[in-house]
Amino acid sequence: MGELKGTTTSILEPGQTSGFATTKFEALLAWAQKYSLFMNPFVTACCGMEFMAVSSPRYDFSRFGSEAPRFSPRQSDLLWVVGTIVQRQAPILKRIYEQMAEPKWVLAFGTCASSGGFYDNYACVAGLDKIIPCDVYVPGCPPRPEAVLDGLMLLQDKIQRGDRTPGIVKPRIDPVQAPDTALVQLRRSRSSSPGLKP
Amino acid sequence: MSQALIELVKKNFPDAVLASHSQLGDDTLVLKPESWKAVARFLKDDPQSDMSMLTDLTAVDFPDRDPRFEVVAHFYSLSLGHRLRLKARIGDRDGETVELDTLTDLWGSANWLERECYDMFGVKFLGHPDLRRILLYPEFEGYPLRKDYPAEKIQPLLQYRDEPGIEKVAPFGVDEGMSFGRQTHKYGIVAEEAEPTRPKIITPADN
Repeated sequence: MGELKGTTTSILEPGQTSGFATTKFEALLAWAQKYSLFMNPFVTACCGMEFMAVSSPRYDFSRFGSEAPRFSPRQSDLLWVVGTIVQRQAPILKRIYEQMAEPKWVLAFGTCASSGGFYDNYACVAGLDKIIPCDVYVPGCPPRPEAVLDGLMLLQDKIQRGDRTPGIVKPRIDPVQAPDTALVQLRRSRSSSPGLKP
Repeated sequence: MSQALIELVKKNFPDAVLASHSQLGDDTLVLKPESWKAVARFLKDDPQSDMSMLTDLTAVDFPDRDPRFEVVAHFYSLSLGHRLRLKARIGDRDGETVELDTLTDLWGSANWLERECYDMFGVKFLGHPDLRRILLYPEFEGYPLRKDYPAEKIQPLLQYRDEPGIEKVAPFGVDEGMSFGRQTHKYGIVAEEAEPTRPKIITPADN
């Protein structure tokens, strides 16, 4: 069971193993919703491989209460849009989103679903937010499973807070904040090497 | 082997071949568009060539040439194991009349290949039984793989959401994001305490 914070009262009688707590109804409902996300994977492209990695035992997002995939949108709460959306698929995606019952959330998995990525051309939709509202963006090409779990936890956090503004998963290490990371050092070593200067 | 194939076609169709070359095993014949289908039929039926398979058919757009388009077809013989490439140069400079005979009645695979070629380049294959777009939608105007199609031009099939600045919405607030933002929020209902703010709209003036 997860934590239920924001309780106003909790009573545990001395010598008893059970008690009761009082809280707001909305907080209790959000707590229940965030740990029972039924997901509908709308998998269109290569990010699907990473989706399989997240759903399989090593990373295993069922630990977060997002276990049951429902391949009918009418039974699902969370729409995972995994991969590139082309213009011809846009009406299908919108229809699936409209078939889902409220409350519903949308997670954009990968750069293509979030913004179109490098598919800036005649065929592709530059991000699913052009079609349907989106709650959490997980950038990456494909995103690492840790980033996806971060996105899922961010979504749960937003459900608990009742916050519908879109959120994005940032990298765990901000290169600006942590200038000693290997990536920054690599770039510095390259820019200081005489052979590569113009 | 396939050099002999080029000679075979040249012998049987002396007027049809405009050019030919053979490099690193790639044997190519450039044909007059009128004899496109006759040569293809010959290559299929003749026992010395026996091209049983049409591997690929596509087009290339050369906007500076006068027959602007080049339709390219690749053939393979399953029994004899050799390949041949045929090309035909067609079309005027403005790309209005781009026509070539269909190969659908010779190879079934030509059906979808020619539809794709029509979809992307606007090459009209005369005699094709079902020439319509195969990958794009019927509402699409123009042919996207032509060089004069604007690279960034999109034609959405579904109307984009009616949201101000949907073209460029910053999808996150300032303190959003897992590793930095999560600790700053309190759990519980925040509706009374803090109004959820819309993300900042980036306008071209900001850039």
